[in-house]
Amino acid sequence: MIAIQRIWWQRLSFVNLFLWAFRIAVIVVVIWGTAGTLMAGKYQREHWIFFTVFGLAQGGIYALIALGYTMVYGILRMINFAHGEVFMSGAYTAYFAAAALYNSGYLNRHPLISFLILLSIAMSVSMGVAVLLERIAYRPLRYAPRLVPLITAIGASFFLQYTFRGLYGSGFKAYPEFDVLKGDWIIFGVPVLRTQVLVLVASVLMMVGLYTFVMRTKIGTAMRAVSEDMDAAALMGVNVDRVIAITFAVGGAMAGAAGVLYAMVFKQVHFFMGFVPGIKAFTSAVLGGIGNIPGAMLGGMFLGLIESIGPALILDGLGIVAPYQLKDVIAFTMLVMVLIFRPSGILGERLAVKKA
Amino acid sequence: MGASGAQRTPLRQAVQIGLIFGVVGVYLSLVGMVETFHGRAVIAGVISLGQALLLLTGLGAGFVVARRIPKDRPWHSVAYGALAGSLAGLVLFTLPLLGNFVHLRSMFVNASPTLFELLTFGRGLVRGGLLLLVVGAFLGMSSVLILRIPRRILRPVGVGVTTIFLVSLFQEQLEIMLAGPEAIEEIRRFLFDVRGLTIPGASFLLVVTAVGNALWTKYRESIRQRANQLPAAGQKSLRALLLVAGILLVLILPIVTGSFFAQVLVFVGLYTLMGFGLNVDLGFAGLFDLGFVAFFAIGAYTAALLTSQGPLGIAHISFWGAIPIVVLMSLLAGVMLGVPVLGIRGDYLAIATLGFGEIIRLLVLSDFLRPWLGGSQGILEIPKPMIFGFELATPQQIFYVTVIFCVVVAYIAWRLRDSRIGRAWIAIREDEDVAAAMGINLINAKLLAFGIGASFAGVAGAIFASMVGSVFPHSFNLFISINVLALLIVGGLGSLPGVVVGSLALIGLPELLREFSEFRLLVYGAALVAMMLLRPEGLWPEPVRRRELREFEPGVQPVAEEALAGTKGQVEVERL
Amino acid sequence: MRRLNFLKIFVALVLVTVGAYLVPLAPAATVGPVTDPIGVVKIGKGEPIVIAWWFVVEGPDASLGIDTKRGVEIAVDDIGGKLLGHPIKLIGENSGCNAEGGVTAATKIAANKQVVAAVGSNCSSEAVPGVPILWKAGIPTVSPSNTAPILTDPKRGPGYDGYLRTAHNDKVQGRVAAEFARKVLKANKAATIHDGSPYAEQLAAVFAENFEKLGGKIVAREAISPTDTDMRPVLTRISLGVPDIIYYPIFIAAGGHVTRQAKEIGGLKKTALMGADGMFSPDFLRAAGPAALGMYHTSPDLSPEALGPRYVEFLKKHEKKYGEKPLAPFHAHAYDAAMMIFEAIKKVAKTDAAGNLYIGRKALRDALYATKNFKGLTGILTCNQWGDCADPKIAVYQVVNTDPATWNPGVNPKKIWTPYVKR
Repeated sequence: MIAIQRIWWQRLSFVNLFLWAFRIAVIVVVIWGTAGTLMAGKYQREHWIFFTVFGLAQGGIYALIALGYTMVYGILRMINFAHGEVFMSGAYTAYFAAAALYNSGYLNRHPLISFLILLSIAMSVSMGVAVLLERIAYRPLRYAPRLVPLITAIGASFFLQYTFRGLYGSGFKAYPEFDVLKGDWIIFGVPVLRTQVLVLVASVLMMVGLYTFVMRTKIGTAMRAVSEDMDAAALMGVNVDRVIAITFAVGGAMAGAAGVLYAMVFKQVHFFMGFVPGIKAFTSAVLGGIGNIPGAMLGGMFLGLIESIGPALILDGLGIVAPYQLKDVIAFTMLVMVLIFRPSGILGERLAVKKA
Repeated sequence: MGASGAQRTPLRQAVQIGLIFGVVGVYLSLVGMVETFHGRAVIAGVISLGQALLLLTGLGAGFVVARRIPKDRPWHSVAYGALAGSLAGLVLFTLPLLGNFVHLRSMFVNASPTLFELLTFGRGLVRGGLLLLVVGAFLGMSSVLILRIPRRILRPVGVGVTTIFLVSLFQEQLEIMLAGPEAIEEIRRFLFDVRGLTIPGASFLLVVTAVGNALWTKYRESIRQRANQLPAAGQKSLRALLLVAGILLVLILPIVTGSFFAQVLVFVGLYTLMGFGLNVDLGFAGLFDLGFVAFFAIGAYTAALLTSQGPLGIAHISFWGAIPIVVLMSLLAGVMLGVPVLGIRGDYLAIATLGFGEIIRLLVLSDFLRPWLGGSQGILEIPKPMIFGFELATPQQIFYVTVIFCVVVAYIAWRLRDSRIGRAWIAIREDEDVAAAMGINLINAKLLAFGIGASFAGVAGAIFASMVGSVFPHSFNLFISINVLALLIVGGLGSLPGVVVGSLALIGLPELLREFSEFRLLVYGAALVAMMLLRPEGLWPEPVRRRELREFEPGVQPVAEEALAGTKGQVEVERL
Repeated sequence: MRRLNFLKIFVALVLVTVGAYLVPLAPAATVGPVTDPIGVVKIGKGEPIVIAWWFVVEGPDASLGIDTKRGVEIAVDDIGGKLLGHPIKLIGENSGCNAEGGVTAATKIAANKQVVAAVGSNCSSEAVPGVPILWKAGIPTVSPSNTAPILTDPKRGPGYDGYLRTAHNDKVQGRVAAEFARKVLKANKAATIHDGSPYAEQLAAVFAENFEKLGGKIVAREAISPTDTDMRPVLTRISLGVPDIIYYPIFIAAGGHVTRQAKEIGGLKKTALMGADGMFSPDFLRAAGPAALGMYHTSPDLSPEALGPRYVEFLKKHEKKYGEKPLAPFHAHAYDAAMMIFEAIKKVAKTDAAGNLYIGRKALRDALYATKNFKGLTGILTCNQWGDCADPKIAVYQVVNTDPATWNPGVNPKKIWTPYVKR
């Protein structure tokens, strides 16, 4: 046994060497690039502030979607690939209300009421889609191996995308603007877009709300119980089906709200809009630690910042042309780096204990 | 599902079913399927594909009602069927009704006047609406009655109708196949006209398939018995002959069916190669790779750089000369990916590998590497494979190249699975910690899995580059990874024939139905969901998997004795 | 052992069938009244003339393909669905906007012996491998939206002999943009952004090359992804070089984001913005909002005096038939491509006494190449010897009103510069 152990460690150290070389190489490249950029002095202090603000705002969007993602994820331990489509469905449907309100002039006369109308439409549509999705596509497969619901989720993702394309057309729609949200506010001497402030505030509010919901309410306790051990929770009198349906409903509603906020910032909706943010939200959730609600927020912010600052800071100094084309390369490399050092995300998993 | 259904009264169920099917009909109409498919006839001048779709909705409502409601009171179920059908019609009718008063089209692009006309049989709102109700009731009723027809008659007729449907669906392919000598052209003209199947053609098909099916049902048992009665040697040679016939069929198929079919089969072959590769990672070793396209891309770009005659080519060697280098490169890439993600498990691994796939795609697309890899303009002028100075240019010839590689790779994968390393992989898949405790070198085994899987995909990439003659970064997106994963699960994870079946179903079938490509991904998505709900273990699963999945289900017969007796698929951990 | 005989018979039957297919068909040099070196399509009385399209109609680029497909369908409607007494049958293939999609689509079209001509492809990456497959089967194809210079390059090789396009070559448009920026706007420093598509990348490169040739300086060559939404970081980086103009020949979604967000960057307040025909559409005004005011576009001259009424009519038909506005900028090119094919068929097709129609493949190709002064929606088309048929009247437009309802090329965006370079 001891002999085997030694062979094992000998071989491990060889790979360990390789791993360390990889880590050191990445770190050297990062430092080299950063030093190069900073020495060249191309960017002023204000530019870095701008990059940070933009990154935080983009991160806020990722965080908004990731919150719902990570909740479903933490409880069912399945990658809900269709979450991006749930997000799209609400925002896309609410567009028609937004356009009608805008054309009648109501939107800018009563912006708050209009905003609430849009939110409620988007949230209820997304919630409906999420609950239906769970009922039809996921519930019958709850005890199947984990890859099976993943494939269903991928299928559902395609199905929803092309359903909404069929219903609403394949062009994109331009969201009307709220006059009150045009322009920017000066915060600590830095001009920040009003929509970005809205997103950041909303994402913090939603995170706190969700966290309280999961940690303080009775149903939240039931959710955590289900995520810990579904069968034991059922034995303790928790109605598992209902709890999971509620989880999906809350996650869907969050996605709907995120969709409206997204539309406020980027002013475009189309049937494909959920796919890329969905993957980014998934990445954020993994970065923060699956099922960890503050982690999703942190992961989203981290991803947004990396995408915004990374190319200018690291790649520019290496003399790479068009660095922003490669922002996802940096983002995913950083993801792998984070996972190497912390294999279960920055904050670790919370909602459930890892079951291998 | 069944438990809660039993408590409801039949009336409530019928209403519920009717409403659900009505909503399905509305959905099909608003998504645009009904109107688009209305342009395609099943039988020319009799029924269009769009009408058939609506018809199926009505019939479906009746079928579900008939199956749910106890059979002891026949007239009740007929009445309930009629109720469900007419309710479905009623729901469907709300569409033209609403469209008459509101401008639905500003929201739903497919709510066109043509659609409304179609739904009301072109007879105006009132008369058309009434007709819709009556037709719905009739359909619901008739499907209940149809279920009461003895199976002896129902089955052949059903097979016949299905055949007509399939033939009309694949009309384009069949017409292309039947274009050729004058005698065959005659058959084509008999079966099809411009719009669809002809009436005599359809009746002919119906009669032939129905009679054929009836005869088959009648004589099936005696044929099987006679085959079983043969002496052992005879049975063996019979099996061998069937095998030879099957292989012969596969080899002849692309010649008979033409270059397009061959082309589709080439894609099926390429995905099969990739599927074998991912099967090593995921099916054998349980390593979840969502960025498998990376290795396909690396293979394609390596082959392109080595063989291209254009300005970006670096070696100008032949396809066959490039293959070993491609295998080596993708193997290395697999190991290189493997090292940093060694300690990462499960979903974390999935997202890390997904990132790797994106990184490779972005790098080949980037302006940064453009001087060497061509950026978005790609690498052009890649020559086709040559054999003794003879260029393998047509899809059929490429098909044979692909088949050869598939056979070789399948053999390697098969031998690997039953080898010492294969058992180590399976042990890792089942439980990593236990496997390590048993003395399996996790690192070697995992890296080997990544490397071998990657090299299979690399070969597919090389064939791809040579077949297309050019490579562009846009060919290597996330969808390929998703497709490979899906075909693996649909075929049956870990099973080698499953990979072939999966890629035939998920790559071949959609390719053949390209004509309906606007709805292809919609149907593809729905089919994936339905597949997983109905057959989560896959189309051709490994015996072990099937057992695992069906174990707890009541009413499922235990797996056949022979599968249990064989030790092949069983987990058998050996110390390495 | 009787089973075995059965199987032998079966195998023999299969072999005979295969044999029947392998017997080489007599080269169809002369069929009916027509002689043609490549082949002749015979269309029986009452049978349809089959025209194929190969566009990208699914996936993220689907709007491009659906847009062009609708252009073709409206063209068929406009001639009443009939040509020379034969109905027109459109068959279509999704080409996926990638090379392998182009190969599959072309192979399938080529397998259908009744196809007379094709319209497509959308993306140049589809055309590169696809066109030779079609031409090997004697099918000429007219593309409404390929703009890559290589496709009509004199060195392109004989496989592309059957290729024509109604889209303008990137070389023309990129040069007009550069000349305008340098000569009219007197810009000294320019920045380019592309989205990684071959179209935008090529245009940006042509622009940069010409701009530098005219004595200007390119201060940034950036790239984004078409799915990106947050352009502020990349724009901040561009602002470091203080460019006088940013040229971003990308598509509507990402272009809208760039336009809006450029106005939010401090260093770019005075920088002129310029796009290309990829986003020359009322939808762009919706996407970009008020930020689009004053922005420049290069686009084919669709002046209302010459072509307007017909185009407006086209738009009306489109809205009526599909319930929405055109999705991308190449529907009119597709319409013209289809009409050009119909014209050419009319010229070369011969009918015999029995009412059968004969079309010589080489003759059709030559007739297409001989297209001259053809009045299309996109201009007066004349094909050169490499198949470039577009009327390269590229004008520069400026947005003067950001209300999409006022969209009327020539007035808003206002046509401000018409160089009309010679090809």
